[in-house]
Amino acid sequence: MNIFLGLAETVLKEGLIYGVMAMGVYITYKILNFPDLSVDGTFPLGACAAAACISRGMDPWLACLVAILAGALAGCITGLLHVKLGITDLLSGILVMTAMWSVNLIITGGSAILQFFNKPTIFTSGPVKLLPPALYSHRQILLIFILALAVRLLLAWYLSTKNGLLLRAAGNNEQYVTGLGKDPGVLKIIGLSLGNACTAFAGCILAQMNENADINSGKGMVVMALASVIIGLAVFRKLSFVHFVTMAVLGSVIYKACLMAALQLGLPNSYLKLLMAVLLTAAIVSERFGKGGKANG
Amino acid sequence: MAETLIGLEHIDLTFNPGTVNETVLFTDFNFKVDKGEFVSVVGSNGSGKTTMLNLICGTLSPEKGRVMLEGNDITKMPEYKRARRIGRVFQDPAKGTCPELTILENLALADNKGSLFGLSRGVNRSKLDYYKELVAQLHMHLEDKMDTKVGALSGGQRQALALVISTMTPIDLLILDEHTAALDPQSSETVMELTLDVIEKKKLTALMVTHNLRYAVEYGTRLVMMHDGAAVIDSYGKDKSAYRIEDLLKTFNEISIECGN
Ligand SMILES: Nc1ncnc2c1ncn2[C@@H]1O[C@H](COP(=O)(O)OP(=O)(O)OP(=O)(O)O)[C@@H](O)[C@H]1O
Ligand SMILES: [Mg+2]
Repeated sequence: MNIFLGLAETVLKEGLIYGVMAMGVYITYKILNFPDLSVDGTFPLGACAAAACISRGMDPWLACLVAILAGALAGCITGLLHVKLGITDLLSGILVMTAMWSVNLIITGGSAILQFFNKPTIFTSGPVKLLPPALYSHRQILLIFILALAVRLLLAWYLSTKNGLLLRAAGNNEQYVTGLGKDPGVLKIIGLSLGNACTAFAGCILAQMNENADINSGKGMVVMALASVIIGLAVFRKLSFVHFVTMAVLGSVIYKACLMAALQLGLPNSYLKLLMAVLLTAAIVSERFGKGGKANG
Repeated sequence: MAETLIGLEHIDLTFNPGTVNETVLFTDFNFKVDKGEFVSVVGSNGSGKTTMLNLICGTLSPEKGRVMLEGNDITKMPEYKRARRIGRVFQDPAKGTCPELTILENLALADNKGSLFGLSRGVNRSKLDYYKELVAQLHMHLEDKMDTKVGALSGGQRQALALVISTMTPIDLLILDEHTAALDPQSSETVMELTLDVIEKKKLTALMVTHNLRYAVEYGTRLVMMHDGAAVIDSYGKDKSAYRIEDLLKTFNEISIECGN
C-alpha cells in the first residue's frame, strides 16, 4: 500500500509539472491551432535558465521568473518566424527547437547536465519553510499542486479577458480579428509566448525538484504535451463545469499514470518513448472518431 | 460636389505574373465612391468584383496605383488597420463570425472594436440587455440563444449576425460581397431588409456586390456593372432610377456574346 501511495504521489507530481506545460500547449495547439514544436527546446530552456541562475546564487523564485521570461521570449521568436517571415508553423517550431539546443548548452556552460545540489530551491527555501513539520515531507507535491493551480487560475482568467477572448477568436477565424481592426499575427505571437512561458516554467519546476537541469529533458515534450491535452479533453469534454485548461492538466496526470502503470507492469525503460508515440497516436485517432461520431449523430 | 470617401486610382493588378496562370485583371482601373452613396455592383463571375473590394479593404495590394481614403493614400496600410473604418460582410457566412464563440462573446468582441483589447473582463454581462435588443431586431429569436455557439446557427442567422457585428461600432464604409448569396430566398430577403435598414439608420456609405439584378436595380443610389476588370456601366441619379432588370440583362447578354460564351 505504501508503495502504491508513493507511486501515486510520483505520478501526481510529474503529472502536475508536465501539466503546467500541457496547459500552455492547450493554448497554442487547441486555441490557436498551432502545433508548436518549440516546446521540445523551451522545456529544457526553463530548466537550464533556472539552474544557471540558482547555481550563481540567485533567489529560486526570481530564477522561476527568469525561466518564464526566457520561455516567453523563445515562443515570441517562434511566432515572429511564422507571422513576420511567413515560415510554416511546424518549421518555425523546429527552427526554435534546434536553436534552443545551442542556447541551452551555452547557458549550462557546455555541459549536458547542470547540477546545483544543496543550493536553495523553491522546495527547500522560502514559503515551504512555513509548513508544519507533519506536512514538510509532502512539501514537493503541495507546492507543485499550488503552482499548477496558480497557472490554471491565471490562464483561465486571461482567457476570460478581452485580450483572451480576442486570442480565442484569432485561433478560430483570423478574418474576424482583422475585421475588428486587430492584427491576428500579434495574437498568435502572444499565444505562443504564453504557451512557451508555461513550458519553460514546467522545466524550471522539474529542475528545482531534481536539483539539476538536463538539456536532454526536452526530448518528447511535444508528444507528451499534445497527448495530455487530447486525452484530457477527450475524458472530460462532457463535463461542462470543468474548464478546458483544467482538462489539459488532468490529461497530463492521466497520461503519466498510464506511463507509470506500463513501467510497473514490466515495460523496459527503453520502450518508453515508443509507448509515448503510440499513446499520442491512439489519442489522436480516438479524438477523430469521437468527432466523426458527433458529426454523424 | 460630394466628397470622395474611397478611391482606386490607376490600379494595375495581375495574378500569378510570369507563370502560365497569369491573369491580367486590372489595367489602369479607376473607381471612386462618394460619401453617402449606396453603390450596387453587378457583373459576371470573375469580372473582378471581389478583387476590387479586396483592394479597397487591403486584403490585396495593387502592383501599381493608389488606394485613397478621404484624400489620404492608404495603399500601404494593412488590412486590419483599414478595418477600423470599414465594415465588411462576406459571401461566406463563416467569415463574419467566430463559430467557436457564443453569440454573446461575438457581440462583446465587436462592441469593443476601436478600443483597447486589454485585460478587463471580456464579456460585460451588464450589457446583455443591450446586446439582446440588438439581435432582437433581426426577428430570428437569437436573443434567446445568447450563450449558443455561433457555429450552431444557420447560415442566414450567422449572416444576419455578421451584419449586426460589422455595423455595431461607427464605420465610414460598409462593404457587402454577395452577402445574401448563400441564403435561401426568404432569409435572403430578411437579411437584405436588415441591410437597407442599417444603411439608412446609420447613414452609411455602402458598396454592395450582388448577383441579384432586382436588388441592384431596386436598391442603392448608384449602379455599377463590372466586366473583365472594368466598369462597363456606371449610372446614378435619374439614370439609375430609370434602369430596369431587362436593361441590365440585355447588357449582360451583349457582353457575354461579345466574349463568345
Ligand atoms: N488570389 C487569386 N489568385 C489568382 N487569381 C485570382 C485570385 N483572386 C482572383 N483571381 C482571378 O481574378 C479574376 C476576378 O476574380 P474575382 O474574385 O474578383 O471575381 P468576382 O467578380 O468576385 O466573381 P464572382 O462573381 O464569382 O464572385 C478571376 O479570373 C479570378 O480567377
Ligand atoms: Mg466574388
